[in-house]
Amino acid sequence: MCLGIPGQIVELVDETKKLALVSVGGVKRTVNVACIVDDAHPASGLVGTWVLVHVGFAMSRIDAAEAEKTLALLEELGEVQAELQAMADGERA
Amino acid sequence: MKFVDEFRDPTHAAALVREIGERVATLGRSPSRPLKIMEVCGGHTHSIFKYGIEQMLPPSIELVHGPGCPVCVLPVGRVDDAVKIAETPGVLFATYGDAIRVPGSRGSLLDAKAKGADVRTVYSPLDSLALARKNPDKRVVFFGLGFETTAPSTALTVLEAEASGVDNYFVFSNHITILPTIKAILDAPDLSIDGFIGPGHVTMVIGVAAYGFIADTYGKPFVIAGFEPLDVLQSLAMVVEQIARGEAKIENQYRRVVREGGNAVAQDAIERVFELRPHFEWRGLGTIEHSGLTFREPYARFDAEKAFAIRTVPVADPEQCQCGDVLKGVIKPWECKVFGTACTPAVPIGACMVSSEGACAAYYQYGRVSTSARAEARRELKVVR
Amino acid sequence: MTGRASNGMLAPTTPRAGEPLLSRVERVRRREGRVRTEHVTLAHGGGGKAMRDLIDDVILGELGQRDHGELEDQARTPLEELSSRGDRLAFTTDSYVVTPLFFPGGDIGRLAVNGTVNDLAVSGAIPLHLSLGLILEEGLPIDDLRRVMRSVRAAAEIARVRIVTGDTKVVARGAADKLFINTSGVGVMRRGISPSIRGACPGDYVITNGFIGDHGAAILAARGELALETTVESDTRALGGLIGELVGACEVHAMRDATRGGLATVLNELALGSDVHVYVDERAVPVRDEVRGMCELLGLDPLYLANEGNVVFVVAEDSVTRAMELLRAHPHGAGAAVLGRVSASPEGMVTLRTQLGGERVLDMLVGDQLPRIC
Repeated sequence: MCLGIPGQIVELVDETKKLALVSVGGVKRTVNVACIVDDAHPASGLVGTWVLVHVGFAMSRIDAAEAEKTLALLEELGEVQAELQAMADGERA
Repeated sequence: MKFVDEFRDPTHAAALVREIGERVATLGRSPSRPLKIMEVCGGHTHSIFKYGIEQMLPPSIELVHGPGCPVCVLPVGRVDDAVKIAETPGVLFATYGDAIRVPGSRGSLLDAKAKGADVRTVYSPLDSLALARKNPDKRVVFFGLGFETTAPSTALTVLEAEASGVDNYFVFSNHITILPTIKAILDAPDLSIDGFIGPGHVTMVIGVAAYGFIADTYGKPFVIAGFEPLDVLQSLAMVVEQIARGEAKIENQYRRVVREGGNAVAQDAIERVFELRPHFEWRGLGTIEHSGLTFREPYARFDAEKAFAIRTVPVADPEQCQCGDVLKGVIKPWECKVFGTACTPAVPIGACMVSSEGACAAYYQYGRVSTSARAEARRELKVVR
Repeated sequence: MTGRASNGMLAPTTPRAGEPLLSRVERVRRREGRVRTEHVTLAHGGGGKAMRDLIDDVILGELGQRDHGELEDQARTPLEELSSRGDRLAFTTDSYVVTPLFFPGGDIGRLAVNGTVNDLAVSGAIPLHLSLGLILEEGLPIDDLRRVMRSVRAAAEIARVRIVTGDTKVVARGAADKLFINTSGVGVMRRGISPSIRGACPGDYVITNGFIGDHGAAILAARGELALETTVESDTRALGGLIGELVGACEVHAMRDATRGGLATVLNELALGSDVHVYVDERAVPVRDEVRGMCELLGLDPLYLANEGNVVFVVAEDSVTRAMELLRAHPHGAGAAVLGRVSASPEGMVTLRTQLGGERVLDMLVGDQLPRIC
């Protein structure tokens, strides 16, 4: 039961009630941001933040650097495979 | 869409499939004795079917679709309770869309609605609280469903209801917890699972450390996975890699969302509002200790079970239904006696045929066709650009 | 309007000095009625003066047909007018019960014209005449009804069809939801053109004119229950012109507009109706970002969302290039795409090549799509 989707916070709606407007592909909805706000991450700095949205709540901040790392690994895997393939083709030729 | 499209790239998918295939080939498995990997969470089951992942994999890997679909494991008796509450005069019953068609012994919530009950579909518990504010003359009951991913949103909504003094709001809690469930699977005498794809969004809340026992005590690889198709494929590759190396550890593939310690605010919210029930009934899996959440005393006034004097009477699953065996991975959906004949998505007997993340519905909707004929058609498809 | 008697019912209303009583009463009795209430009441359905005023003032008035004279109970159409344009009559009916009545991109009136026009057009017919049946709920604001009627008029003008007959009923509050519309339509089928749901052949291409899911997404957001903000508009539009161009220049074997049940449902109807296999590439399916966003958020599939301006064409291999050129050059073909291809087997099935490169069965929708959290 875990439908969660990345969205970007575009507006702080109510700082005390911890509500913010999030955009998912351009569609906007007010979500509760209580779970991603703390002393180190005040609500005032939320606009622009990418979050994971689940049933109207932002449940986690999305770490862009980690996303990059995951994708870089996949990129590398493809390159290694292409090299191995080239070597195999070379041997056959 | 950022953080979505990148993780659905077909080139990367092909590379991962090849990687998995090459690694599995070294393990000496065969289609008759496949590597069995269970995805615990129904969200993964949904991704696997929606993107056609299963048929991309080598035949010596078998995916076992686990019990992590809260709608599928909801026992008949609790559906009956929900219908009973919804049919009470003066009640507005709010539910996620997933649960509205699940059959109880006297029909589903959709049937109750057709007979006059005020049943509404909501996207968020916040929307159910808004309904309570808008309808002060009604008792608004929210059908609280889901694992630890969803429980914080229910808890935070209850806290908000308390803070703002809404006194016509109630929750029928059927929240469940993931760890006892995984343990129940691991303790099953007929266990044949070689490794697990772990539930990314539950872990986003509860943190990574909680799973240690799976590797330490049971010696099974466990990779916490995201829900985009490349997340699923990469996690499968990581499980296979562990098996190939003879390792068993907890790994986190979904680092962009899941932190080591989980989410403290969400954990606190659950802890404040809910406590574990001594035991809770699961469809197909029987009664599991400490697997269900109910209200702590200070929040008891929000508890629909108390407000509506609910005494759940266990109701046996329909005799023909083999959802339990499907949920445990003992049989495949199509091996069930009623699959696709008496039990279809249009007229479901068991919950696995209802929920879009139920294994039976997924197989019925997406799975039943021979691969060769499709390959033929693909060769013929030359897209005009 | 065809077949209307024109007996000059309109009379001057200013008092005249020395006019005999009987003549004065008669003159006022015949003068143009006006609806002065703000809401529809049961009196407007009673068959008396109030109903006549509602029809004259609000319905015929806003449709721009008040001056056409006294109404007969039926439309009468000379057969020559029809037979000069084709060789068969196409006849269809559809009912419209959409909530809300007004939504971004349209309203129930425009929908009721375009929907029935499109149902005629996909048979290869030239849409000509529509009927307009209204069921009004007691309490409906008269201004809303006026607005819908103006919209019917505008849509009919764009689609080049005429409203030739109609009916109005008023029901008690709660017995209907504000306003229901039924439109039936007749058109004339062009000679030699016979697209059919049974007409798809192996080797044919499956193409579409536009983005999918816009209407379903716009309605879902407009209902307000999900508290979503979006700029997506319904794609409701009349496609008679676009279809006319295509059937005139290409070998079209089958056509159907993808309304309720979405693209997936039409593809399945094609596969079942023609007993063929339809193979579709998910990456080729045109979906707007906002529609995708909404679907991701709510756990819906755009392939099952309703459309009101989207047609699936099955065209012969020789025709596909020309058909795509025509679609792309047309204002209603902005999202035109080749979706896939027809093959012989497995009969009656649709296979989707997923964006990931996997394959799966694409089945019809069971029940209704509901927001889910799983």
